[in-house]
Amino acid sequence: MNETVQPSFKPGDRVIVRKAWPLGHIRTPHYIRGQVGSIERLCGSFPMPEELAQQRSGLPAQPLYRVRFLQRDVWPDYRGGADDALEVEIFQHWLDPA
Amino acid sequence: MIERGHHDMGGMPAGKVEPVEHDYEEWERRVDALMILLSGIRGGNKRMTVDELRKNIEALPPEAYEKMSYYERWVTSITQTMIQRGVITTEELGRKMQEVQARERDGAA
Amino acid sequence: MNDDHGRYQPLSYFQLMEVSLRELLVEKGILSEEQVHATVQDMRSRGAERGAAVVARAWMDPGFKARLLADGTKACQELGLDVPALRLIAVENTPAIHNMIVCTLCSCYPRMLLGLPPEWYKSRPYRSRAVREPRAVLAEFGLALPDHVQVRVHDSTADMRYVVLPMRPAGTDGWSEERLAGIVTRDCMIGVAVPRAAGAAPRP
Repeated sequence: MNETVQPSFKPGDRVIVRKAWPLGHIRTPHYIRGQVGSIERLCGSFPMPEELAQQRSGLPAQPLYRVRFLQRDVWPDYRGGADDALEVEIFQHWLDPA
Repeated sequence: MIERGHHDMGGMPAGKVEPVEHDYEEWERRVDALMILLSGIRGGNKRMTVDELRKNIEALPPEAYEKMSYYERWVTSITQTMIQRGVITTEELGRKMQEVQARERDGAA
Repeated sequence: MNDDHGRYQPLSYFQLMEVSLRELLVEKGILSEEQVHATVQDMRSRGAERGAAVVARAWMDPGFKARLLADGTKACQELGLDVPALRLIAVENTPAIHNMIVCTLCSCYPRMLLGLPPEWYKSRPYRSRAVREPRAVLAEFGLALPDHVQVRVHDSTADMRYVVLPMRPAGTDGWSEERLAGIVTRDCMIGVAVPRAAGAAPRP
């Protein structure tokens, strides 16, 4: 049995973080939900933290990506370099194509 | 607030970063070591995940989260996890804490 | 228990909990006092010098640097560093890019490489503001970056851990690897400071 979900994204792909606020232990920070970024790299596949927190296996493992966001896109009042970036590890099940 | 966990603080307003250096106390180092061993690292018996540690810290009421120190949150969370996992019972914990406290008092007397 | 001056201090509620939890786990055969003691000593032995050795080697050896950037954990192991359970990504500072590490959700840190993190790294002000106003936070640490330098903040939200590979400063030509390692501080590897050739850095 395949205990890993196949990666859907590759570096450079534009993605949007799901705008969902479920209960429970979540590793997708509040501030990044609904934001659009691009895939920087695939880190590997890991069990889902939401499930591990509830003593479950977290399988099938989900691809985990580093996603790059522009600070000026994330914070409307950002006062810094126009190219300043934020890079966040986000699981595939929290990402949709943008 | 339920929608946004109290721990999920990225982007929230806050004061100046105080460059405090903390000299870890021995009991704090022991809590840290318990977590390493119970995670199954360094030859420990894996009995929990870091995800459960985090979940139980996140479940602390906001006021408790703020008032408690880092390792106070950790020891509370690890203990809570051990109860949730059935490794220890609440009753065992209560009895042991009474025993240790009495031993300490007698030792100091 | 006695405090640093040998005066008796009653155990706090949480210290009582630590003793009780540990004794219960030992009684149940889940761990031993020796294991706890050995693990405490092991973590105590891990500190910034280990990370500094990795950085210094990367500065001296372009092949190692490339391997470090491709797989941080393997590169540490190549230097004989024991880093159990660490999945390390090294991010490189360049004249165009300055990197900074934070964990907004808790306090994730490359502990098995660098040891226990500083208190401020785990604090509300750092965790809240590093992602939103990194330049202001860096200024508080005494680091002012020109506008044309891109600031990249890495939020350690999942399974990877991060270390900044700072730029080798000017004025270090001909230095030995050991001397180079001596100017790489913990704060340089978190990204709130940069290594300086002349004298000691203002912070640890």
